[in-house]
Amino acid sequence: MRKRESAVKNAVVKYGKERKNLLPILQEVKQIKNYLSRSDISEIGAEMGLSSAHVYGVASFYHFINLTEQGQNIIWVCKTISCYMKGSNDIMMALEERLKIKIGETTSDGKFTLLQTNCIGWCHKGPAMLVNDEPYTDLTPENVVQIIDSYYKK
Amino acid sequence: MTKQKLKRVDLIFSKEYSCDKILATSLKKPKEEIIQMLMDSGLKGRGGAGFPTGLKWKMAAAEKSKRKYVICNADEGEPGTFKDREILDQVALKVLGGMALCAYVIGAREGFLYLRYEYRFLIPKLEKILDTFHKWMEDYDLDFTVKLFIGGGAYICGEETSLIESMEGKRGEPRNKPPYPTQEGYLGKPTVVNNVETLVYTLMIMRIGADEFKSMGIEGSSGSKVFSISGDTPKAGIYELELGMTLDDFVKEFGDGDTKSVQVGGASGFCVPRKRFKEIHIGYQGGLKGFSIPTGGSMMLFNSSRSMYNVLHNYLVFFEEESCGQCTPCRVGCQQLLKGVEAVKRGEKNQKYLNDLLRLAETMKITAKCGLGQSVANSFSSIVENFREEMIY
Repeated sequence: MRKRESAVKNAVVKYGKERKNLLPILQEVKQIKNYLSRSDISEIGAEMGLSSAHVYGVASFYHFINLTEQGQNIIWVCKTISCYMKGSNDIMMALEERLKIKIGETTSDGKFTLLQTNCIGWCHKGPAMLVNDEPYTDLTPENVVQIIDSYYKK
Repeated sequence: MTKQKLKRVDLIFSKEYSCDKILATSLKKPKEEIIQMLMDSGLKGRGGAGFPTGLKWKMAAAEKSKRKYVICNADEGEPGTFKDREILDQVALKVLGGMALCAYVIGAREGFLYLRYEYRFLIPKLEKILDTFHKWMEDYDLDFTVKLFIGGGAYICGEETSLIESMEGKRGEPRNKPPYPTQEGYLGKPTVVNNVETLVYTLMIMRIGADEFKSMGIEGSSGSKVFSISGDTPKAGIYELELGMTLDDFVKEFGDGDTKSVQVGGASGFCVPRKRFKEIHIGYQGGLKGFSIPTGGSMMLFNSSRSMYNVLHNYLVFFEEESCGQCTPCRVGCQQLLKGVEAVKRGEKNQKYLNDLLRLAETMKITAKCGLGQSVANSFSSIVENFREEMIY
């Protein structure tokens, strides 16, 4: 719990209090704490001398800064046209069936959150998805289940 | 004026020339000579907007400021574009070499590589390469360091002033121009923001010379360009091609024999139907009415099994989500275009409503603050005008 509480302070010390360091600080705190809570936002503001409103405004602007609790692993399935044409809907259905959740939900064991995202830059090897930072390409309804299972084994 | 055939080029990914040697030789040249070479080469920005690179550097070099910055824009977010990821994966040192060249010319000591969040997997590799690069800088006695800056996931941050705003700890909302970043950029200091691919070309022009670069392509669109090819094609991938080819030659090489249309330039680009393949050239001048159309390198092919309504719908969902929300024409316009095409498709609105939507798109083109809102009309109008029946039935 101490680690969680000091995450903000540590990040601000690491990057510096100037406003230009806000995005790296938000990312670092998110990385450690899984998401940014209301109190994290206020604390970052207080530490950096910025209003909570400014910090919230910035944090909520970016897709990958989570403001609600997420699963341990986040799956981002690309929904943009090239992946869509190669069957990203089938991938989504296979994931929903394997994880027993719908888009936007988190598994009951807290292991996965299933989300969609815009183009992730693997259009020639679609359908594609990110699991956390790791890209997976040339997905099929079969191999995507194997990928998920490999995370359960980790 | 026109080059008839498709020609493959190998400059960007070529390992033939060692880039530290090119850099070492170039850093001995007078700065004015480097700017002149870039201007003579006709190199334009490879991110899509097509601003002359030599001129951009010249403007930044002319500014009197102790602090200046070089930023490599690797916030590649245009649907159908994946070349910058591949360039950074394969030849990152060449990209950094281009940044060093720019730093030398304009007098910058700090640089940033702005990497989109989706490419975080490249970080460990890039950090190692940065170590090598910084050793070079010591060897060449150039006081220049580059840091990674990771984006937060926002398409709009590919626009250079939004990118700078996000680096300053703000929402990535575009600024009014002027002042341009070359005058007042990052932290108010003169800043050059160049695309990944553009930076590599600056270095390659130092190697092959302005004349050889200019001998490729067509008037106003010289040189070669890296294309990201996806959709209904048996040859999806990344190809460096000479500029100026006709879309017809392109489709003959990359199509699947049944190509109905090609989306040139991603969601913010133009949709070209089959009947116009022969007259459209790929380059920089003008919109669809001219001979050529601009492109950041995204080429998406659609065959006759595809519904162009689904394509347009997918783009509009994309824009509606990625609009930064700052200016009304874009924020509300994207929502209304999306709602509008859905209503026509469901039969809730008469097909004449499409004309109202086309006027709305044209209004956005005139009134939106930045390139995002202005370019929604490109795909919207070119798809609706050419495939009107698919929007209705």
